[in-house]
Amino acid sequence: MIQGIPLEHFLIVSTIMFFIGVCGFIIRRNLITMLMAIELILNSVNINFVVFNRYLYPDQLQGQFFSLFIVGIAAAEASVAIALIINIYRKMQNIEVENVNELKF
Amino acid sequence: MNVFMFYMFSGIILICSLLTITTRRILRAAVYLLCVLLATAGLYFMLNYQFMAAVQLTLYAGGIVVLIIFSILLTHHITHRFKHPNLAKLLMGIGAAAIGSGLVIATILSHPFQAGTAPELKVNMTEIGNQLLSTGKNGYVLPFELISILLLAAMIAAIVIAKKDKNKNSEI
Amino acid sequence: MTGYTYTVFIILIPLVMFLVTGLMGMKWKPIVSGILGTIGMGTSWALSLITAASYFFGGHHAEGFQTIIPFEMKWLQFTDTLIIKMGILLDPISVMMLVVITTISFMVHLYSIGYMHGETGFARFFAFLSLFTFSMLGLVIATNIFQMYIFWELVGVSSFLLIGFYYQKPSAVAASKKAFIVTRFADLGFLIGILILSFVTGTFDFGKLTEPGTAIFGSAASMSFMGISAMTWAMILIFIGGAGKSAMFPLHIWLPDAMEGPTPVSALIHAATMVVAGVFLVARMFPVIHFQAPAAQEIIGYVGGFTSLFAAVIAITQYDIKRVLAFSTLSQLGYMMLALGVSGYGGEEGLGYMASMFHLFTHAMFKALLFLGAGSIIHAVHSNYMYDMGGLRKYLPITHITFLIACLTIAGVPFLSGFFSKDEILVAALHHNKLLFAIEFIVAGLTAFYMFRLYFTVFWGKDRHYHHTPHESPLVMTLPLMFLAVASVFAGYIPFHHLVTSDKVGFVTEMNYMVAIPSVLIGLLGIAVAWILYKKESDVPAKLAAKFGMLYTATYNKFYFDEIYLFVTRKIIFNYISRPIAWFDRHIIDGFMVGIGLVTEKVSYQIKGMQSGQLQHYAFMFVAGTLALALSMIYFLM
Repeated sequence: MIQGIPLEHFLIVSTIMFFIGVCGFIIRRNLITMLMAIELILNSVNINFVVFNRYLYPDQLQGQFFSLFIVGIAAAEASVAIALIINIYRKMQNIEVENVNELKF
Repeated sequence: MNVFMFYMFSGIILICSLLTITTRRILRAAVYLLCVLLATAGLYFMLNYQFMAAVQLTLYAGGIVVLIIFSILLTHHITHRFKHPNLAKLLMGIGAAAIGSGLVIATILSHPFQAGTAPELKVNMTEIGNQLLSTGKNGYVLPFELISILLLAAMIAAIVIAKKDKNKNSEI
Repeated sequence: MTGYTYTVFIILIPLVMFLVTGLMGMKWKPIVSGILGTIGMGTSWALSLITAASYFFGGHHAEGFQTIIPFEMKWLQFTDTLIIKMGILLDPISVMMLVVITTISFMVHLYSIGYMHGETGFARFFAFLSLFTFSMLGLVIATNIFQMYIFWELVGVSSFLLIGFYYQKPSAVAASKKAFIVTRFADLGFLIGILILSFVTGTFDFGKLTEPGTAIFGSAASMSFMGISAMTWAMILIFIGGAGKSAMFPLHIWLPDAMEGPTPVSALIHAATMVVAGVFLVARMFPVIHFQAPAAQEIIGYVGGFTSLFAAVIAITQYDIKRVLAFSTLSQLGYMMLALGVSGYGGEEGLGYMASMFHLFTHAMFKALLFLGAGSIIHAVHSNYMYDMGGLRKYLPITHITFLIACLTIAGVPFLSGFFSKDEILVAALHHNKLLFAIEFIVAGLTAFYMFRLYFTVFWGKDRHYHHTPHESPLVMTLPLMFLAVASVFAGYIPFHHLVTSDKVGFVTEMNYMVAIPSVLIGLLGIAVAWILYKKESDVPAKLAAKFGMLYTATYNKFYFDEIYLFVTRKIIFNYISRPIAWFDRHIIDGFMVGIGLVTEKVSYQIKGMQSGQLQHYAFMFVAGTLALALSMIYFLM
């Protein structure tokens, strides 16, 4: 518990970061920048978990561990995503997300 | 002091994340992401979760961002500037973000959060290690093992997907 | 009285023959269908004769002939009393009609084996003949008016099929369409009449409707529409149906054109059987008409009288043999309707009824004979037109003699059947209405004139030089001619006044010399005028025609009625009624259906666009959906 900073402030920060990430995911045309937006989202969720842990359950470590695992998974996911991006680049010579649209009607 | 640190870190986070998604040069986006991650680590330090902060710095800032920069260098003309997104997409994105954040913040502010009253646990490496590998209550050995399998799978997947086809010629 | 259940075979055998020849006709040699059809019809004929002998002459009938229903089954039930049944009704007029129909049909079948020899569609012809006979038989033995209506329509269809037999000739197709449409149009009136009748009385059954002193018409007295009582409307509408089938004026236009069909068809349908269906209907409903709607009966009388005069006048100027005979049929049908129109009920009063049925019987015989004889002539000369013929008495002896007998019969020469039946009609008319008597008297003279004009022009007149010598028809064709000639001579001696009367009780009648002698004289006068004008080749007829000028042309063109009808249908009905309805059907009703399809297609196209394959669209939809759910959950449902 940090003196002087109520819980809500932390939560507001993480919310805004989350939705900036969502907005970035929708706006950006490049696959790598979309990946960066995803990292923003994951990070905001991490902050949320850690803050709840500290403020509401100071005697337990569940939030922290959850964040740990999220980081691990984020790393795995980012590596697979990069592999995919490289493959797409080989096929199409650019990585605009509009070109990756074969699964349509 | 705490308050000032908090507002500084929060400011860096928000401004840098905004810049990440709006900048027109890709390498700058990666660097801004790095700043966001560093500020987040700072927030963790403030909250007295040193291990968490260290993991954040090592894995995220040191691993993922590096990976991203690698891929940028592999697939891009670095000086290439992005075009502006078209209006429909912009509206969709900003609309979703605005409404979403408004909704969530309203919900947060209207909810009375009860602060926990239990005594604060000292968080040090021993404690974390014990809990990570214990099998009793508050034991995390199962997720630990699972995530190790997941990482193995991700590694294999990444290698297989990104492998060069022997017959085809390509630059990378 | 033995059980009459075998009568069901009379009607079923033609049906079976129709199905067999219709389905298998193409697989066999054509002559097989012909023989099968003829044998079937012969069996029906024998059974009808047995039925008639047993019904009329077996047992005592002091109180009159009974109505026998050997067979009946329920088909559709509307209420307790309103039931449509299918069954067989035997009473004097239906048994008489059974004999008439099967006799003529059998003769026509036999004749067609020779006449239609070598035609394509030989098997089809016999199939249709059997179908027609089946429908006509079903019509006359109907136990209730709805069953009669069903078979009525079937008869119309068979007639359509037979008139349009040479379906590759446009004129035949047009004629069959015309016949069907005109009779169908009249049948609309018939149906409405049936509905009104059943609504008022609550039943379809003939037995209940024609029972003497029945009380089911009680509710009718209070109903009326536009000043005419409900029963009169019903009877007039039913008469319209009958007038369509019997080609009364103004629905006569289809009968002359129906001569496009082969000549045996004309003999069977348009001389002896189908066209008398209307007369039969009026006879069936006679008690109802006489007691409940006397105004309708007057109308029937006048329509019949006018039609006979109208048709006789036109017949004097026609050149096509079959047209002359067609108009002659129209005229004789007018006689029959008139007789029903002037008749009373019961005993001596019912003379008109008996006379009408008697004339129906004899007319069937001699008119069929005339048509079959005309077929024989056409077969020999290969032309329908009188100016291609002349002096044929040398080449076609049997046809000549039988044709002469028929002409004498229709002219009303004494001791032949036509004399007796026509005379009874004149007596009945005299007792009731002097004007109608006068019309019929004149028509008798005209009839003799035009028939003998036909006879003299064909068999006497100028001796023409033919391309190939006409030869007499084969025995298959002349045998029916001879049989019918015998029937025409002797049918007059059947004691109809004991057998077929309005109230089914016989009465005694005797020759009325006051009427008989003048009618014979005027008939002989007609024959004499025709002798003078036509026996030898001369130009007097042509000069007379020129003198009459416009009147002659109008008569020759059948008083332009066909043109009037065509004008009304083409210009008025097509343009103002049919076209808007067709437009409505095509654009609005069909358009509605097509529109539903189009709308679905467009909407689906739009929805399809949502699966764009764009990752970011999907992400947006995902987020938006989640937010919407969250919004509704938190703020609107809690």
